[in-house]
Order: sequence, then C-alpha cells, then structure tokens
Amino acid sequence: MSAKLVQGYEVVIGFETHAQLSTQSKIFSRAPTAFGAEPNTQACAVDLALPGTLPVMNLGAVERAIELGLALGSHIAERSVFARKNYFYPDLPKGYQISQFEIPVVQGGEVAFMLGDEKKTVRLVRAHLEEDAGKSLHEDSSLGGGGQSGIDLNRAGTPLLEIVTEPDMRSSDEAVAYAKKLHEIVTWIGICDGNMQEGSFRCDANVSVRKPGAALGTRREIKNLNSFKFMQQAIDYEVRWQIEEIEDGREIQQATVLFNPDTGETRAMRTKEDAADYRYFPDPDLPPLVIGRDWVERVRAEMVELPWVMAARFCADYGLPEYDAATLTQSMAMAAYFEATAKACGQPKLASNWIMGEVSRRLNSGELAFAQLPVSSTQLAALIGRIADGTISNNAAKQVFDALWSDGDEVDAIIDAKGLRQMNDSSALEAIIDEVLAANAKNVEEFKAGNAKAFNALVGQAMKASKGKANPAQVNDMLKQKLG
Amino acid sequence: MTELHHLGVAELAALLQTKQVSAVEVATRFLARTGGNPHNAFLDIDSEVTLAQARASDAKLANGSAGPLEGVPIAHKDVFVTKDLVTTAGSRMLNGYRSPFDATVVARLRQAGMVTLGKLNCDEFAMGSSNENSAFGPVTNPWNTAHVPGGSSGGSAAAVAARLTPAATGTDTGGSIRQPAAFCGITGIKPTYGRASRYGMVAYASSLDQAGPMAHSAEDCALLLSAMCGPDLDRDSTSLDVAAEDFSAGLGHSLKGLRVGVPQEFFGEGLAADVRSAIDASLAQLQAQGATLVPIALPRTELSIPVYYIIAPAEASSNLSRFDGVKFGHRAADFADLTDMYKKTRAEGFGQEVKRRIMTGAYVLSHGYYDAYYLQAQKIRRMIADDFQSAFAQCDVIAGPVAPTTAWKLGDKADDPVASYLADIFTLPASLAGLPCMSLPVGLGDGGMPVGLQLIGNYLQEAKLLNVAHQYQLATDHHKQQAGAAA
Repeated sequence: MSAKLVQGYEVVIGFETHAQLSTQSKIFSRAPTAFGAEPNTQACAVDLALPGTLPVMNLGAVERAIELGLALGSHIAERSVFARKNYFYPDLPKGYQISQFEIPVVQGGEVAFMLGDEKKTVRLVRAHLEEDAGKSLHEDSSLGGGGQSGIDLNRAGTPLLEIVTEPDMRSSDEAVAYAKKLHEIVTWIGICDGNMQEGSFRCDANVSVRKPGAALGTRREIKNLNSFKFMQQAIDYEVRWQIEEIEDGREIQQATVLFNPDTGETRAMRTKEDAADYRYFPDPDLPPLVIGRDWVERVRAEMVELPWVMAARFCADYGLPEYDAATLTQSMAMAAYFEATAKACGQPKLASNWIMGEVSRRLNSGELAFAQLPVSSTQLAALIGRIADGTISNNAAKQVFDALWSDGDEVDAIIDAKGLRQMNDSSALEAIIDEVLAANAKNVEEFKAGNAKAFNALVGQAMKASKGKANPAQVNDMLKQKLG
Repeated sequence: MTELHHLGVAELAALLQTKQVSAVEVATRFLARTGGNPHNAFLDIDSEVTLAQARASDAKLANGSAGPLEGVPIAHKDVFVTKDLVTTAGSRMLNGYRSPFDATVVARLRQAGMVTLGKLNCDEFAMGSSNENSAFGPVTNPWNTAHVPGGSSGGSAAAVAARLTPAATGTDTGGSIRQPAAFCGITGIKPTYGRASRYGMVAYASSLDQAGPMAHSAEDCALLLSAMCGPDLDRDSTSLDVAAEDFSAGLGHSLKGLRVGVPQEFFGEGLAADVRSAIDASLAQLQAQGATLVPIALPRTELSIPVYYIIAPAEASSNLSRFDGVKFGHRAADFADLTDMYKKTRAEGFGQEVKRRIMTGAYVLSHGYYDAYYLQAQKIRRMIADDFQSAFAQCDVIAGPVAPTTAWKLGDKADDPVASYLADIFTLPASLAGLPCMSLPVGLGDGGMPVGLQLIGNYLQEAKLLNVAHQYQLATDHHKQQAGAAA
C-alpha cells in the first residue's frame, strides 16, 4: 500500500468514537435518555449520585455492544470489568466516571470500506461501555449567567460505546471514509441514532505525522468532531500545522486540541503535563459483566442482515453490479425500498438505476430522508413496469414520477391523464417522419453531406412532432432506414 | 410485668400482636427514654414522625393487617438514608441532609411493621472503632461513661445497651457491628456480604459494607435479620439473588456434635487476659452443651490489617468524591474559583480520620503504586478467603474474641490511629472474606466491661450462627446483664 504523502510526510490517524447507545433509559439508572428535555428533568437519584444510590447495569446497553462486536467480527469478552475513572468536575456527579478500562466488552475486529476504488480496512483495538457526564452551562444559558455556572445532568449516565481504532488511517479522506462507514454500521444495526448534531456520534481523531518508515510521531488528539466536514477540515489543518512545526524545528507536544469551525483552526486545550492521574480501579459496586455464549447467540439471531451481507446477496440474487449493491445498502431504508421495488416489478437493474438516480436526486434536493419519500415502492414498481413493457419512454416516466411525487396518484391514470403513452403504431410514426423529412430538407442535405449532428436534429424534430410519445429507438431506426 | 423498655423485640412483638400494649404506648415509652439524649446516642429524633408511625401500626394491629414486627421500635444508624429524618453519616458534610428515599433496609423494616425511633450517632462515614470520629460528638458507653462504646455503630450499641431502643440497625465494614456490640454487651450480626441491600447506605467501602441488626439477643437478631435481608437486584448489583429466609425457624437445634473451630491466631500475645478468660469460659460452655472444639489456623490474620487499610480507604476515597459542594451537602461559604470551592468545602466538611483515609486511598490507587498496594491487597484478600474455606473443611463455625480488649477510655487512642487500626485484627478477616459473623456477650472483664464472643460462619450460614448464639443464651444469662445506665 502506498501512503499518500503530504509534503513528504506520512499522516497517521487513529479514532476514538463515542456512540450514544439507543436505549430508552440510562446505562446504570432508569431515568430516560431522550434529548432536549428541560435541564435536570431526566436525572434521577442515581444520576445525581445522591448518598446511598448504586448503579445497576442496563442490559440493553450490553446487547448493543454485543451487536457491534458481532457486526465487526470482534471478540466479545466473556468477562469484562467496569472501572472507576476518578476526577473532579461539577458535571460529573459521583466524582468518577464508570467506564471499562483493563478488560473491555468488545475486543478487536475491523471496519472495511471503499476509499475511491481501493478497499481499506481499519482495525479496532476495542469498544467499551461507559457513562456520559452531564453538561456545564456557563454564561448566557438558562441555568447559568450572572457569573455562575449551571449544571444539567440530563445527559449524565447516558450509555456510550467508545470505539477505538489502531492508528491505521493515512489521510483525512480515509479517516472520513472510516467515520462514515462506522456511522453507517451503527445506525444500520440500530445501536445508535447517529445524530451528530445532538452529539450521539462524536469522534476524537489522534493525528500524527512522520517521515515514511520512521517511528510514530507524537500525536495530538482532536476532540469532539461532530460533523464529517469539520472532521476533514480539522485533520487537514492539524496535519499542516504539525508539519510546519516540525519543519520549523519544533517538537510536537502530546496534547488535546479543539477544532474551531469559525477559524478553521485547532487549538490546544491541555498538554500532557496536565494529564490527570485518574486512579482507575475496578468498581466495587458492579460485579464483572459476564456474557455467556448463549447470550451472544441470542443477540446474533435477532440481529438484522448486515449491509455487506445484504450487498453480496443483491449481487447474487438480483444480478446487480457491486457498485449498485454497495450504494443501495448505505442505509437500511434505501435497501428495503430497493428490494420491495425490485420484487414488485421484476426489473432489479431498472429499480437500482431509478433509486440511485431520480429518487436519490429528488431526496437530496429536498433534503429529505428515505422515510419521508412520498412515492411508495409499489408505485415506483408500477412505473418501472410501464417503462419495461414499452408503454412510456424514460423521459415520460420522469414526468409520471414528478406527478407521483407531488400528489401521489395511480401510475396508469397519470400516464393516461397526461397522454404519455408511447406511439407504438409504426404507420402513424411513419407519417410523422415523412412530414419531418419534408419540412427539414436542409437538415437532410447536411446529414447526407456527412454532418452527424443534423441527424440528431431530425430525431428531435420527430420526437417534438409526436409530442414526445414516439419511441426514440423506433424513430432512430426509421429515420436511418429512410435516409438510407 | 417487666418495664417495657427492658423488653426485647420478640417480647414486644408478642405483647403488641396480642394487644396487651399499643404501639403508641411502646413508642411513647422509648421516646421518653431518649429525652436529654443519653450517651449522645441519637442524632435525630422526631416524635411526631415516630408517633404517626405508631398510630398507623395500631390501626394495622386493629384491622388484622399487621406485619410480624408491627409496632416494635427500631432506631437506625445514621448511614441509612431516611425520608422523614435527617441523615448525616456523622459528618458535617451532610449536616441537615434529607434523602428523597428510604434505604432498602429501612423500608423493609417498616414493611415488617417496625416504628422508626430516630437516627443514631456513629463514626463519620462509618470510619472508626470508638465513635469518637463523629462530627456531632462522641457516644459514651452505658457500662461506664468514661469509656468508648466502640464503633463505628457506637450509637446503635449504646442505645440498645442503655435500653433507649429495643433494637438498632448497624453497618459493618471491618467490624463496626461486632466490636461495638461486644463493647456494650449486646448481640449483633453482620450477614454474608450481599444478603442485605446496600441501597440507601451512605457508602464507605463498597466491597465490604454490610448492614445488620443489633439487639438484646440472638433470638431478636434472627427476627430482625429475617425482615432486613433478601434480594434487591433492581437497586444493588451486589445484592445476592438468595430468597429471604426465616432465621427464627432455625434456632432450636442442639449443639451436640457441633464442631467449633478455634483459630490459634486469635489467642496470641495481644489478647488481654480478662478477655481471654471470658472467651475461654464461653468456649467451655459451648463444649458443655455438646460442641467439640477444633484448633484451626487462619495464618493470614495479621495481614488482614494492611489489606483492609488499603482496600477500604481506596474505595472510600472514590465513594466520597461525590461530596464536592456542587449538588448537596456542605459547600464552603467563600471561595475564589472551582478548585478553591472543592478544597474549602472538603476541608471544612470532612473530619480528620475521613481525610486520612481519603488520602491513603488516593495514594494506593495512584499511578505507580496501584500494583504494589491495591492489587497486592486484593490478592491477599482472596487468600484470606481461601484460608477460611480450608478452615470450614474442619469445623462448622469459628469462634474467638471480637476484640483484643474491652472498651477503652475515651481519648485513649484518639491520637494514635494505628493503635486503633491494630485493635480491628479479629474482625477484619471475616469482613474481607464477606462471611457472616456475629458478636454475643459472654461476661464481663476488668472494671465490669463487657466481653464479646465472635462467631464466624460459612457463606449464607447465618442461621447456624444464630442457633449457636441462641442455644448459648438459653443456657446462660450474660446477654441479660444490664449496663448500670440501663435502669
């Protein structure tokens, strides 16, 4: 593999991603996890760390961790251990965070994805369960202000899965492609809603640079990247900054940095010298998490078909090219829509073309999700059926699709109402073509003189004269015959 | 009829069930006994709360919906959180704190019909063995008020011994039920770790803390323990999934053939002569009742001291981090910034011994020391537990002294924390192993101070311990002797 070099430097990136797990209640309490509630309305005695409260494991969070492990081919630890990470901060109610330290629940595994035409694999170190902290609300917030800070503990105790990779990525493009793939996987298997704005999926990127073949450089960790765009910008900026530092003869200090989207720069938050001693030790309130094979198999049996498994099946069962299968399985909703359409119309390639083409284009321009698609798979299948049987042209089909999109009627009724049926009667077409040839003698002459463009003009005229109902292929054939 | 305040739980329950006395009468008598707060045993009393509960008990007794212990008063060590009374854990940090919920143990005893008499003084956050570490002043020993009552459940032991309450809850982390029970001449039991829910107990050392009853007799302890124990899996992950048990049902077995293991390490040089002679006499009594004495070895007994004083402070240093002035409890009045707020709040809120243990705990968990201290201590802890299993291959229960001496004088060890740590030597091993263990009075030592015999059983064998103690108490009357202050 040849790494892409930046000014003669190789870029090395590893990721730590915090995926908020889609449980109804918190990881160690029964308080709800819904986003956006009034401050401190979703925090119970346990979340507030009131004296005498104790954590009790939410098994739903464990199951989601198992699902990720199964999806990525990881080892699911039969016994993993919760530890306390001790530090003082006002939004950390217990004065320690419950996390997994020495023995995480998910160990190893890999994420495979395409970077352009190249297949890439990023190895996972681990994925561990932990609880989120609350939020500090400083000036200008509903709780803070007046020189005081407020604390909102709604988020305290929200279940997180921290997914850690090896430093396997060699460019910001590859890093973003990895992050997108991981995002696709966690949302596909349904363990995380993937909402990056709300912080459900946030990435920390460990970035370093080195001369090819040299030992790993000192890394700086860019925290809390919550959009793919910022991720790319931040890494690119950081790489340039590090190379400049080194070129200027300065050493990189290990640090945690934040990306400022307004300036497009990263800035150090704290350096290694401030690194706290977290005094990790196994949490005596929680016995080791024991996951028997039977539990893993139960979870496996209930898991959805994974995207790459489904893509392979699309190739095998529907004869789709790999590219189509990979594109259609980028989201569960799209894949399901394709499969329903393909089954109903019996034209999988046409269905694929339409979904990757017109359907996606319309969704993107309206910034809509698949769930909001106003055209049902049954309607699209009926439309494709009419293309396949020659009733309408592809162009006419787009008009039908527009009609379906805006007021969603029955396909044949739209075709009739708009008079879009193709002219399959060759004697009527012949009459039109004769008229066109007679009226465009100049084009005919030019064509005969060797100007190919003139032929296209004649096709256009014939289509226009038929009010778009003529079958373009038939027009072509007939014109060629006549001009012979 | 004996005066009400001299009666135990079983006797009071019987009188109440047969309506020979009302719950309000009983509550009124005990509330009167607490007037002036003898021995500084109580930290909070609210007669309105107590009498309202007593009236509700009388209604239940009248309509036939009474619980087994309906109307019998009990007072709670102040580490159990309570909705209706203040909970301080003996600390300035929680001065005036009210919990929005009751501890599971408190709720279960209420469910059984018991009436809450108040909250009992203890060493701050249950750290101590003399009750001198309470932010609200020491408790005095009803047998001689110049002496400590033991700790950390010193208020519980003194209140029962002085007949201020017929029963109390205590918590035992390294001996905090057994040692004050021994020092005050009462009976107390710490069940197997996980038997009683820790939900609602202000945590000291999570892997060791366990609740238990303190009362006049093994028979009373059996009644109380039956009501307290049982799974609480939705609230406490370390709660054992073992059904509640009627410990009173197992009290009628003869001691014939019982093998009593006597660990030689419990009878070494450090054991005071007066304690030794009372213990020897009690062992002879068990023999007389048909038991055989089996010499056993618990070779790591001495190591239990450093092991405990690493693990317990480590857990405590983390458990007490939540007391930061942000959400509840004490907050310093003036501070410059966040760090200053933390520092001042904790400097003002915690007492000396608590600070000492937080610092010890933070030290043994810190980077570079964790392996040498905490991890090593955990390894030895497992070996100590294994030693007990070897011992139980040879015997049914283990018996020995609770403490090397009787209750010392107030102030005697106040300036020497290590001396008081060393005095925990006989109670720590069973705590580290998580085994059930109890203390019962077996006579008086020098100066008329009580001596306690410790019984240790294998996991979940509380019934066996209680039976041995009950059989002993049927044949003797040490548990009926009263402190001078109890009249």
